[in-house]
Amino acid sequence: MTITSDPPVEAPTIHVATSERVAALLQRHGALAVLILGVIVASIVFPSFATFDNLAGVAIQSSFLIVVALGMAFVIITGGIDLSVGSMFALGGVLAAYAAKWGILPGLLLPLAVCGVIGLAQGLIIARTGLAPFIVTLAGLLGVRGLLLFITGEGSNTYLVPRDSALLDLGRGTLFGIGYPVYIALILCVLGAVLLQRTRYGQAVFAIGGGGDAAALMGLPVARIKALTYLLSGLLAGFAGALNAARLGSGVTILGVGLELDAISAVVIGGTLLTGGAGSISGTLCGVLLLGVIQNVINQIGTLTSSYQSVVSGAFLVVVVVVQTYLSRVRRLR
Amino acid sequence: MTVDSATVQRRVVPARLVQDYGVYAAVAVLLLFNAAFTDNFMQLDNLRTQLVQVAPVVIVALGMALVIGTEGVDLSVGSVMALAAAVIPLYLGFGFWPAVLMALLAGAAAGLLNGSLVAFVGLQPIVATLALLVAGRGLALVVAGGQLKQIHNAELLGLGDDDVAGVPYLVLIAAVLAIIVGFVVHRTTYGRQLVAIGGNRSAAQLAGLPVKRVLIITYVVSGVLAALAGVLATARLTASDPSAIGNLFELSAITAVVVGGTPLSGGRVRVLGTVAGALLMQLLRATMIKHNLSDSTAQMTQAVIIIVAVYLARERRTR
Repeated sequence: MTITSDPPVEAPTIHVATSERVAALLQRHGALAVLILGVIVASIVFPSFATFDNLAGVAIQSSFLIVVALGMAFVIITGGIDLSVGSMFALGGVLAAYAAKWGILPGLLLPLAVCGVIGLAQGLIIARTGLAPFIVTLAGLLGVRGLLLFITGEGSNTYLVPRDSALLDLGRGTLFGIGYPVYIALILCVLGAVLLQRTRYGQAVFAIGGGGDAAALMGLPVARIKALTYLLSGLLAGFAGALNAARLGSGVTILGVGLELDAISAVVIGGTLLTGGAGSISGTLCGVLLLGVIQNVINQIGTLTSSYQSVVSGAFLVVVVVVQTYLSRVRRLR
Repeated sequence: MTVDSATVQRRVVPARLVQDYGVYAAVAVLLLFNAAFTDNFMQLDNLRTQLVQVAPVVIVALGMALVIGTEGVDLSVGSVMALAAAVIPLYLGFGFWPAVLMALLAGAAAGLLNGSLVAFVGLQPIVATLALLVAGRGLALVVAGGQLKQIHNAELLGLGDDDVAGVPYLVLIAAVLAIIVGFVVHRTTYGRQLVAIGGNRSAAQLAGLPVKRVLIITYVVSGVLAALAGVLATARLTASDPSAIGNLFELSAITAVVVGGTPLSGGRVRVLGTVAGALLMQLLRATMIKHNLSDSTAQMTQAVIIIVAVYLARERRTR
């Protein structure tokens, strides 16, 4: 269904095998194709799926993950991984609820500042010492949970967003029946796509993921770009948490456990290679929406418990990654 | 930028010492500290409790050490524990041994899946095992019908509670497994092949080593050990609780391996170090609890220790 798309920019003038072109298309737009297919099937099977209310619900539930996955996509394209986003999400929410008593601006700025600093610290450690991103952000996952317990009196205090706070409007308000967080997530995606595709920073992100040594030899500031990328991921995770707290009206400490897995799954399903150097924001968006649709369909079936959702997501992840590996092999075999 | 070789030597030797023996020294220091400043710490009962609590972590970490030795990682161990726990009550009607066997088989199947994805499909270990981390616990909950099931089988309960000459079964099993794994790593062909593959996979391939077979065996071993830990955790808990058993165990296991001085870049497996790493984290937690330090402090300290340990254990460039 995507035959009309243009071939990639580096389209060679020599003859391109059909199998290779199909493989390239599938890799780029596979998530979109499956998403469209899933939506069509779900609309036919479940009459209540294709209603406006239901789809708006899927959108708002996915919006927070979209913001987190956006940052994760940048990190993964540099060839790294950020396991701390789930904890950052919870931290952002608690800080937002805590600071909301001083107004909406502190409610948004405090989580951004704290999560940004932690993200930057992780990035600097990764960039300067060469430690594996996996282990540094794993320590971040633990450490930030500890910090979270610390500022909530070992989890006994729950901060509430004041009832008259403008923060609540931000989380709960709607425009044309769709919640503000959905618009915010989409705007961030557009900005992210521009940042990734149209700026020097974005090109450097691709270059580093393609090969850190080569990027360094080309004179790119590898350490700075990496640090900035983890800063970005921290900022977005914290912001998503703040947005979620604005919707819930409170900062819940136990949120975000396992969120890093959802974000990574979404990015990978969206066609971004975990080896780095390739990926897209639009694919990530499709990946998140696909996970949202799967969850919604499982809820629609009703007899299935939510446990099935993780089984389906996990199985789906395997299929996608295996197919991707196969496709990139087809493309390389020439 | 000129560095004379003598300075390098002086700098590297202590670093090397810290890397090789730091974890044992840290365990010793913690024990001495507790002997001096913590009431009732060096009592037999308390020490036994500490060992019983650390045993499942040690068992999982042994498998993890092997996987990390191949330059991989197994994120699915916690979910495999849950899966094993969920399988047990299904077959407990046939007796103790069939139930345990089926649980271990489930672990082996999980390991086979992980290993095949890594060896044949060529996926990165993080992704391959991430899928099972996500799906495994869901599957366990589906298998168990989302319920906690009490265990009434006397043999299984005995496994968690009884001891041989004062040594609890759990501790005995963990110790025996550590010795076996140590022997396998250092004294068998498989062990040498594993280390060679972790050190340089393409070189190992070119040298004609059975890379795929070794990788698959390693992930199967990790799966079976995780399943065994799940069985033991179920016995300790006296219930099969797939939503709780093994939660975040992958983190504890990786931490134990890394703190024990095994580099994440593969090519080296430190079995005794891994055991000491698990012990160190356990003692640290116990010490903090006994001195009324909060959970938050404990977690943040753990995070710092992980970073410091990996920093010390990182591959040094040959100069």
